[in-house]
Amino acid sequence: MGNTKKKEAGFLSKIVRQQLFIPIAALLILAVFNLIADPSFFKITMGASSTGDPVLSGYLITILDYGSELAILAIGMTLVTAASGGQDISVGAAIAIAGSVILRVLCGTNSRPEELQTSVFVAFIAACLVAMLFGAFNGILVAHFKIQPMVATLILYTAGRSIAAWINNNELPIISEPTFGYYGGFIPGIPIPTPFFIAVICVVITALVLKFTNLGLYTQAVGINEKSSRLNGLNPVFIKFLSFVILGLCVAVVGLIKVSRFSTINYSVIAKDIEMDAILAVALGGNALSGGKFNMAASILGAYVIQFLTTTLYKFDVQSDALPAYKAVVVIILVVLSAPSVRAKLSQVGKKLHAKEVA
Amino acid sequence: MKKKILAAILVLTMVVGLTACGKKAATDTGAKDDSGSGLIKVGIINNDPNESGYRTANDKDLKAMFTKENGYDASFAYSLKNDEQITAAQKFIQDGVDYLLLSAADTAGWDSVLKDAQEQGVRVILFDRTIDADDSLYEASIVSDMDKEGAQAVEWLAKQELDEVNVIHLQGVMGTAAQKGRSGALDEKVAAEDNWNIVTQQTAEWNAEKAQQIVQSVIDKGDKFNVIYAENDDMAKGAVAALDKANISHGVGKDVIIIGFDCNKWALEELKAGNWNYDGQCNPFQASYIDEIIKKLEAGEKLSEKVVVMEEKGFDATEITDDDVNTYGI
Repeated sequence: MGNTKKKEAGFLSKIVRQQLFIPIAALLILAVFNLIADPSFFKITMGASSTGDPVLSGYLITILDYGSELAILAIGMTLVTAASGGQDISVGAAIAIAGSVILRVLCGTNSRPEELQTSVFVAFIAACLVAMLFGAFNGILVAHFKIQPMVATLILYTAGRSIAAWINNNELPIISEPTFGYYGGFIPGIPIPTPFFIAVICVVITALVLKFTNLGLYTQAVGINEKSSRLNGLNPVFIKFLSFVILGLCVAVVGLIKVSRFSTINYSVIAKDIEMDAILAVALGGNALSGGKFNMAASILGAYVIQFLTTTLYKFDVQSDALPAYKAVVVIILVVLSAPSVRAKLSQVGKKLHAKEVA
Repeated sequence: MKKKILAAILVLTMVVGLTACGKKAATDTGAKDDSGSGLIKVGIINNDPNESGYRTANDKDLKAMFTKENGYDASFAYSLKNDEQITAAQKFIQDGVDYLLLSAADTAGWDSVLKDAQEQGVRVILFDRTIDADDSLYEASIVSDMDKEGAQAVEWLAKQELDEVNVIHLQGVMGTAAQKGRSGALDEKVAAEDNWNIVTQQTAEWNAEKAQQIVQSVIDKGDKFNVIYAENDDMAKGAVAALDKANISHGVGKDVIIIGFDCNKWALEELKAGNWNYDGQCNPFQASYIDEIIKKLEAGEKLSEKVVVMEEKGFDATEITDDDVNTYGI
């Protein structure tokens, strides 16, 4: 009898110790809360869009749609966090730049083109290159000049949106070509939002890269102890630099989704405050914000949990300018729970309870 | 250690470079030797032209008016931050401009710098935004009447004689003059009429993405609505994107009435195409008003009134013409 209990307790603590436990637990709490408050939250209906194509709609689809942007960003942000022990706060501004580049390449100098100048693919590649260049800029500041990541990326955070506006001469290009809207909306005939598929592609590529290269291992090694990783023949400067360039790539993908949503751009508000959500996704995934070990799956799940929270708050008519306050509460809980002193206390309490049960 | 020094130097040069650029941009035409050439020296302090389409149009309009050909020697300074604007104002006063044109980022904190201006004989004209300062400190103030913009839109909506008006109200950044004016009129009407209801009232902070999420949330919830009152065009666009996804028809003679503000050119085109119903103007073309005032002051005339309210229109989708789109679109 006592033995099985002990085993159960052991099993439970094993689950709790799993990193994925944190985002899954958060997801479950949110899901149960919604189930009790209003089960219609989980209703998904099949409808048709104004162009007559089938689309799924419902809160869960909305979460899938917007959460996917965050998930893509979370991939890059996790690597940056793990390698450099800091976060990139310029992703929102960088998305504005990437989006601006896409529109610039597609429209040329004419802000209201009848026809696109080139294919979207070419524009996207251009945006990737530019975004990776800006990622490289951040990377050099952090890796080579050893500037704190938040301080280094503050430069682009401040200047990015002006650069984005400058790329298009302060014009606000609008694309009338309907196919351009597919990336942030729906592909005709497929009822699931396209951003989800884009996110899946990104996740699969990331999973393959992490499995078949040493990127994950090296990144963690650099994050845990830079000196010893250098002694083991790694180049910490390059690994950190690389993580920022990869984040640049993620930024370009999100930039494409964002400008595709409305087929236009607004430099000052596009992807506003998205950096906070991306960082929160990494934190919610149970990754140490001070770098080192990371769990990519937990971060990606964390991104969807953040969007789950946002959508839930919208559903309950929480004033949208109060949303950051609610997210702040989540951050406080996470940070406090992950503080070493609190962890030690908790495990003590756990041990005491356990001891009592066994006795 | 070497690296650290190198980094420090690089950062320093960059910072210096950036500020140098900024200052240059701020005062590049403010050359002092022009003072004898008969040009009227004006210092223009505006918000960042990237802030919105409104501001871009506003800046273009000012730049087109205050040229050498028109007898002006103009210097421009841009910032969304009040303290930076105040610093720029002090600089303009030191440079000895004749007129200081000001669109203040914030209403507070301008007293002392405007007193300085008065002592130095610099005349101040406010445009677009008012400030909390004694009105003896400035010559004139050219503003939009946001309350009137809202009232016009609400009046238009009332004329549509709907049996029931269920509004999704998308507000701008809370506390801004545009938000207060445009919200105020609708709030009053909803409180006064029994068949006017607010389905949801949320700030989307001028942001299309947020507006889309808010409207999406209402659609997902299954609430009924037949009017979207968005306090700028971007938010109306976001709302329409959500409607399109859910196959809810909108526009002239359709299920949902779309109301936007600011008269962006693309928005007026949507109006012309019948996808939206109403767009209220927020007039960014203040330069001609300012020019007139300066001419009067230079001629020694007295201004009849201190606050000049610009004329602003509201466009109905059924009446708008191509001319309107081209003339009033920003």
